[in-house]
Amino acid sequence: MGSVVSYFSQLCGTKQKQEEERHLRANDRPFNLSYRYANNAIKTSKYNVFTFLPLNLFEQFRRLANAYFLVLFLLQLIPQISSLAWFTTAIPLMLVLAITAVKDASDDINRHKSDNQVNNRRVDVLIDEELRNEKWMNVQVGDMIKLENNQFVTADLLLLSSSEPLNLVYIETAELDGETNLKVKQALTVTGEMGDSIDVLAGFRGEVRCEPPNNRLDKFKGTLTVNGQTYALDNDKVLLRGCTLRNTEWCFGLVIFGGPDTKLMQNSGKTTFKRTSIDHLMNVLVLCIFGFLASMCSILAIGNAVWEGREGSAFTAFLPREPGIDAALSSFLSFWSYVIILNTVVPISLYVSVEIIRLGNSFYIDWDRKMYYPKSDTPAQARTTTLNEELGQIKYIFSDKTGTLTQNIMTFNKCSINGKVYGELFDFSGQRVEITEKTERVDFSWNQLADPKFIFHDHSLMETVREGNPEAHAFFRLLALCHTVMPEEKKEGELYYQAQSPDEGALVTAARNFGFVFRSRTPETITVMEMGIQVTYELLAVLDFNNVRKRMSVIVRSPKGKLTLYCKGADTIIYERLHPSCKTLMDVTTRHLHEYAGDGLRTLVLAYKDLDVDYMDEWGERHHEASTAMEGREERLDELYEEIEKDMLLLGATAVEDKLQDGVPQTIEQLAKAGIKIWVLTGDKQETAENIGYSCNMLREEMKEVFIVAANTAEGVKEELQNARRKMCPEAAEKPSVIKARAGLFWLQKTETIQDETVNGEYGLVINGHSLAFALEKNLQWELLRTACMCQTVICCRVTPLQKAQVVQLVKKYKQAVTLAIGDGANDVSMIKAAHIGVGISGQEGMQAVLSSDYSFAQFRYLQRLLLVHGRWSYLRMCKFLRYFFYKNFTFTFVHFWYAFFCGFSAQTVYDEWFITLYNLVYTALPVLGLSLFDQDVNDRWSFQYPQLYCPGQLSLYFNKKAFVQCMLHSCYSSLILLYIPWAAMQDTVRDDGKDIADYQSFALLAQTCLLIVVNIQLCLDTYYWTAVNQFFVWGSLAAYFAITFTMYSNGMFFIFTSSFPFVGTARNSLNQPNVWLTIFLTLLLCILPVVAFRFILIQLRPTINDKVRRKVRKEKLPAPAPRRPPARRISTRRSGYAFSHSHGYGDLVTSRRFLLKRPLRNRAVLFTQTDSPLAENQPQHYRTIKEVSEESTSP
Amino acid sequence: MMASSYNAKDEDGNITVSGPGGGALRSKKPENTAFKQQRLPAWQPILTAGTVLPAFFGIGLFFIPIGIGLYVTSNNIKELEIDYTGSDMSSPCFNCSQSFSWNSTKPCTCTIPFHLDQPYDSNVFMYYGLSNFYQNHRRYVKSRDDSQLNGDSGSLMKPSKECEPYAYFEKKPIAPCGAIANSMFNDTLELFYNNPNGTKVKIPLTSTGIAWWTDKHVKFRNPGGSNPNFTAVFQGTAKPVNWRRPVYELDSDPENNGFINEDFIVWMRTAALPTFRKLYRIIQKKDDLLPTLPRGSYTLEVVYNYPVRSFEGRKRMILSTISWMGGKNPFLGIAYITVGSVCFFLGVILLIIHHKYGNRSNSADISS
Repeated sequence: MGSVVSYFSQLCGTKQKQEEERHLRANDRPFNLSYRYANNAIKTSKYNVFTFLPLNLFEQFRRLANAYFLVLFLLQLIPQISSLAWFTTAIPLMLVLAITAVKDASDDINRHKSDNQVNNRRVDVLIDEELRNEKWMNVQVGDMIKLENNQFVTADLLLLSSSEPLNLVYIETAELDGETNLKVKQALTVTGEMGDSIDVLAGFRGEVRCEPPNNRLDKFKGTLTVNGQTYALDNDKVLLRGCTLRNTEWCFGLVIFGGPDTKLMQNSGKTTFKRTSIDHLMNVLVLCIFGFLASMCSILAIGNAVWEGREGSAFTAFLPREPGIDAALSSFLSFWSYVIILNTVVPISLYVSVEIIRLGNSFYIDWDRKMYYPKSDTPAQARTTTLNEELGQIKYIFSDKTGTLTQNIMTFNKCSINGKVYGELFDFSGQRVEITEKTERVDFSWNQLADPKFIFHDHSLMETVREGNPEAHAFFRLLALCHTVMPEEKKEGELYYQAQSPDEGALVTAARNFGFVFRSRTPETITVMEMGIQVTYELLAVLDFNNVRKRMSVIVRSPKGKLTLYCKGADTIIYERLHPSCKTLMDVTTRHLHEYAGDGLRTLVLAYKDLDVDYMDEWGERHHEASTAMEGREERLDELYEEIEKDMLLLGATAVEDKLQDGVPQTIEQLAKAGIKIWVLTGDKQETAENIGYSCNMLREEMKEVFIVAANTAEGVKEELQNARRKMCPEAAEKPSVIKARAGLFWLQKTETIQDETVNGEYGLVINGHSLAFALEKNLQWELLRTACMCQTVICCRVTPLQKAQVVQLVKKYKQAVTLAIGDGANDVSMIKAAHIGVGISGQEGMQAVLSSDYSFAQFRYLQRLLLVHGRWSYLRMCKFLRYFFYKNFTFTFVHFWYAFFCGFSAQTVYDEWFITLYNLVYTALPVLGLSLFDQDVNDRWSFQYPQLYCPGQLSLYFNKKAFVQCMLHSCYSSLILLYIPWAAMQDTVRDDGKDIADYQSFALLAQTCLLIVVNIQLCLDTYYWTAVNQFFVWGSLAAYFAITFTMYSNGMFFIFTSSFPFVGTARNSLNQPNVWLTIFLTLLLCILPVVAFRFILIQLRPTINDKVRRKVRKEKLPAPAPRRPPARRISTRRSGYAFSHSHGYGDLVTSRRFLLKRPLRNRAVLFTQTDSPLAENQPQHYRTIKEVSEESTSP
Repeated sequence: MMASSYNAKDEDGNITVSGPGGGALRSKKPENTAFKQQRLPAWQPILTAGTVLPAFFGIGLFFIPIGIGLYVTSNNIKELEIDYTGSDMSSPCFNCSQSFSWNSTKPCTCTIPFHLDQPYDSNVFMYYGLSNFYQNHRRYVKSRDDSQLNGDSGSLMKPSKECEPYAYFEKKPIAPCGAIANSMFNDTLELFYNNPNGTKVKIPLTSTGIAWWTDKHVKFRNPGGSNPNFTAVFQGTAKPVNWRRPVYELDSDPENNGFINEDFIVWMRTAALPTFRKLYRIIQKKDDLLPTLPRGSYTLEVVYNYPVRSFEGRKRMILSTISWMGGKNPFLGIAYITVGSVCFFLGVILLIIHHKYGNRSNSADISS
C-alpha cells in the first residue's frame, strides 16, 4: 500500500504531507500501518507499461534538439510554409525518438529486474510469534527481523539483540560509505537481554519515536520507550540498509525506515551531469549556427520580398499568388520556409552520432586487454560514456597517494641489526643481486604460526635468529612488543593482525615469522611466542606516538621481572636519545639508513633500555599522577616521556617498503612528457609524501629546489609562496596576468584565466594541509596557483577530502584546463566528483571511489593508456567527426542558399526530398561513423613512443572556433562549386538525343550525386586508418545511394506511390549521359584538389607533430623498443620517516577495554572468509586499517 | 561521501565472494580480437610528395586533352538562336506582343526571316527558349498532380490541393490541373525554306520523339486506359484556364493526345533554371546526300500566343545540331582545359615548395 502511495506521489511529483516524526511500535502491524509508512519495497524504475510512452516522450521532448525538430515538423505542416514534405523531418525524428525509447526501455527493464531481485530477497521476519521467511518487499515498518552473518541489512533497523557479547554486532559499510573496515554497533542493554528468545521478542512492545527519513548517514536521533522507561537512541544502535553483517552469528532488529525511506535510498540523489568541453563548445557553436541560420533566412526573406516586388508581381499571369498573401507576407513565410530547408545545418543526427561515437569509444576502454588486471580479474570500465574525448585533453592530474600510486602494502624489506645488514643478496663476487620473483625465499615452515604470505629472501637473518643471536632476539622482541596492533585468533594458530598503520603490521608480521609471534594482548599484558615458548610480558606503560615525538615506546616487565623500555621511532629523534656508548654502532647504522633511504624505503630506528625497578616504581607513580591530572596533562606526560626515553641502546634499524604499484614512475614520466602536470594530494604526512614523490620520480635530485610550505599563519604562507615564486622567476610581475573572457552559452559566464609563466629549471613544491587551508583563502589562492603552476611537481600532504576538492576546483576555475582526479578511497570522492574526469582505482579501499568515478581500473599505470591512447584517439575521432560533420552538412545546406538566387527565393530545394531525408540517415551515416570509430593517426605503441602527440589535445587544436570557421569557409567553397559547375555545364544543354536534361529533376540528381561523391571523397581524405570496415562503409554507402536512387526513380515505385516518387526515370535518363559524368568528375576535382594541395603545402611548410610521427611510422613501421630504465639510482640525501597514519596514536585504545573483548575461541566457519576483494587472497601481507570507532563524519 | 546514484544491484556489491566450491568465476578478461583491441589491419596512406605531385601532373596531362576534345566537339555543333519576343520596335513580332490578350480569338502571326550561313547536316533540333521564366519556383513546381497525369480517374475528378488555384474552374475539375499545365507554351512555330527561286518550302517538323521515353510511357498516361474516346474520358472536366483547347484536342493522333501529348509532357518537365530551352520539333534528316537544312534564307512563322512581356521574359527559337555530348556548351571544354592547366601549374609550385622546404621538415627531429 505504501508503495502505491509513494508511487502516486512520485507520479504526481508532489510529496505527501511532510512527515515530522516517526512513531512506531514493535510487533503491532495495525498500529504502524495506520501511519502509512513506506514498506520495504524499492522502486528505481521510472516507467511501467502504461506510463512508458507518454512519460518517455515527454522526457525526450524536454531535450532542446528534439523540441527543435518537433517545431520544425509542425512548421512543415503549414502548407504555405512547408518547403519540404513532412517526412523529411518526421522520419529522422521518429527514428531518433524510437532509438532513444528502446534504449530507455531496456534500461528501465534492467532496473525493474534488479528491483525485483532486491525486493524478492528473503529474510526472517517475526510475525505472529514465529519467524517467517518473507520477501524483502513485504517487510513493514515496525517488523522485527532476524539477520544472519554475511546477510545484507534489509532496511534501516534498530538493533535489538545480537549473538555477540555486550550485544555488539559488526557491520561492513563498504556499499554505504566505501570503508571496508568493520564497524561496531551496540544494542541497548534492555533490548539486548531478550537474546534470541522468540517468545520474549514476540512480546516486545517497545515504541520508537524518531526523526523523519533523511539522508544523513552519521546521525540518528530517537527514543525507545519500553515498559514506561524511555531510552535515547543514537547512530550506534542503528543498522542501515546497504551494510553487511559480519562476524556476528545473528542479530535481531526493528524496522524503522523501509524501502524509499532508508538512508541509502534517500542518498541516491541525482548524479551531477558532467559535460565535456567539446559539449560546451558545441553548445556555443550550435547557438552560433542558429544565429547564422537566422541571418541566412533573413537575407533570403529580404531577397524574396525584393523578388516578389519586382518579378513575382509581374509573373502572376503564370504563377498567381495565393489569396491574401502579398509580397510582405510572402517574404515572412519564406523566412520560415528557409528555416525548414536550411535546418540541416543543425542536424538531429549530429547528437545521435555523437552519442554513438562516445559509446563506441567507451566500449573500447571496457574491452582493452592491456587495461585488464588479471590478479584481481578487473577490466577497465568506462562508467560514464559521455566524456571520452575529454580524456584527450587533460592538463592536470590530481592523484591520491595511498592505494593509487602505492599499493598500500608495506613489506618488511631490510634491516640492520647491530651493525649488520640483512635483506640484501650478494653473489660470489660481492655484487648486489636483484631480487626477483624467482629468487629463493626463506622457508618459515618450522614456525607454525608464521604468516604464509610473508616473503623474505635473505637466509642469513633466519640463521642468525636461530643461532640465538641476542641482538637479533632483542630486535624482534622489540618488534613483537612495541606496537599497537590488535591480534585476532579465530582458530587456533590462525592469527590476524589489525594494525593502525600498514607499517606496524609489516613489522609485527616480520617478528612473527622470525619466531617472535605476538599472540594476544590484554590491557595489562602482551603474550608472545618466543621461538616456540610462550612468554607473557606485563605491559606497564605505552608511551604513545604523536607527531612531535615521532617515536613510540613501551615499558614491559618480563616474567623474570626484568624491566625494559622498547622504543622505535624516526632516526633523527632516536639518535638524540642514545647512550654515547653506541657511537660506533650509530655510524654504521647511519650508513645503512642512508642506503635504505636511497632505495626509497621507510626506515625506523629501534632502541631499548633496561630500567631500574626502583626508578620505574617512582616513575610509574608520577606517570599515573600525570595521566590523571586535570591540567596540563599533555605537557606533563611529555616531560615524563622525555625523561625516561634517554640513554637508550641502539638495536638497529628496519626498512619497510611502501610498495609502489607497478610502473608508476614510468607512467608519471610518460604523462609528464605528454605535458600533463601531476599534483599529488594525500592525507599522508609530509615525509611520507615526499618519500613517495622521490620514489615515483616526481621529485628528482636534479630539481633546483623543492619548496616546502608549512607555515601556520596566512602571512607566513603568503611569504613562503612569494619567496618560492621570486626564486623561480625573479622577473615575474607581482600581479598575475589574468585574461578575462566570457564563455559558455549566451556568453553569460565570466571566466578569468591565469596565464602560465615560464620558469627556468625544474622545481617542486610541497605544501602542508594547514598551510593549504590558508592558501585556499580568496586572497591567497592566486598566489598559490601561480607558484604551484610554475613548479614541475606539486605535492599537497595532509589534506582533507574537502581540500582536495577545493584544489581541483581552484585549478578548474582559474586555469580553464581540463582536470582529472584519480583515487581509490572514500576520501577521494569529493575530488573525483569535482574534477572534469574522475578515475577510480578499484583497489582495496572499497568501491566508494569507483562508484562515483567516470572511469575505473585496477592499476595506476593504466592511466597512461587511458589518456595517451584511448583519450587521444577519442579526442581525435570526435574532432574529426565534428569537423567533417559540419563540413558535410554545411555544404549540403549552402547549396540551397545559392540556389535561392535562381528560383526567386521561393525555398525550392535543390535535391530530391528523399535525398534530403536520407542524406544524414543513410547515405552518409555509416562512413562518418566508421571514421570516428576506427580512425587512429598512429597505433598505440607509437602513441606511447611519442607522448608529445597528446599536446594538441590540451590546446584544443583539432577542433575549436577557428577550425569551425575553416569548416564553414571550406563548405562555402564546396557548395559554390557544387551549384555553379553543374549550372554552367547544364545550362542550355541537351541530351545526346536532343531531349531535355536541364530540367529540375535531372539537375537535382546531378547536384546530389556530386555532393554525395564529394563528401565521401572528403571523408577518404580525412581518414588516416583504412580498415576493411571503412572501405565497406564508404563504398557501401555510395552503392546504396545508387541502388536506392534507381529504386526510388523506378517505374514500380512510381506506380505504387505516384505522388511520393515523381522523379521516375530521372536516373536512367541522365546518368547515361557522358556530359553528366564529365560534370561530376570536374566538380569532384574542383572540390578536392585545393584541399589536397593545401594540406600538402601545410605538411611541407608547417608539419604538425602528427605529420612528423606518421612519416616516421611509415619509414620504420615498428617503434624501437623503449630504452631500459637505468637501475634504481642512489640518492644522497636521507629521507626517512615513520609513516604512522596521521591520526593520533592508538595507545589509549590498547590500554582501554573497549576493544579487548574476551571472545570465546569458537570455530566459525564463515568468519572472515569474506575478503574485501579477491585481491587480498593473492597479495602478501595485507592489513586492514582500524579506524577509531567514533566514526568520523563521512557525509559532506 | 555517499553513493550518489543508487542502483539496486550495487547493494550486492561488485565484490564477488567466491565461496568454497562455488565454482570457478568466469574471467572478466576481455576478448582478444583485433576489433576489440583496435588492431584491425589497416592501410594508412599519407600525403607525400611521391603521391601528390604525380597526381597533380597526371590530372593536368589528362584533363587538357579531354578539355580540348570537348571544346572542339562543342564548337563543331551548329546552333542558331532567334529572339522573337518582340519587345523591340523593329522586331516583326512587336505588334503581336503589344496587342496580346488572353481572350483574343484571332491569332496574331509574325514572320521572322533569317539566314543560315552553314548547312546543317544530320538531324536538326528545334527548341523554344524562355528566359526569366521561373519554372523552378517552389509554388510553381509543386502545382501539379502526378496522379492525375498518370491517368488516375479519382485524381482526374478530384485534383490535388497542390493545384490551387488551378484545380477547379466553375466547380469542374481542371484537367490537367495546376499552374504548370495552365502556363503551357502555346506559340506555334513553323519553318520555311526560301528557295532561291522564290518559293517558300515548309520544312517538315516531327513533333513526336521529343519527350523522355519514361515520361511518355510511364509517368504520363491518359485516364480510361486505352479508351480512344477522349471526349468521354475527360467528360466533366474543364480545360486549363489559359488554354484555348481542351487537353484531348491537343493533337489528332491518339498516341500523342491527351496527357501523353509530347509538347505537353516536355512542358511539364520543369526547368531547373529561369532561363531554359525545351525541345519543340525535330527536323529529321531525310537524304544522306543533302544537308537537313541547306545554306540559305529561311522564314520563321510564329503564331504569337504566349505572353512574356509582362514579366520581361524573352522567347527564342533555337536550331541546333547535337553531338555525343549533347548540345552546344563550351563550358565543359574550357573548364577542363583550365583545371588541367591549373593542376599542372600547381604541381610545379608544389614541387618547388617540396624541394625548398620539404626536405627540411623531413629530416626535422620530432621534438616540441
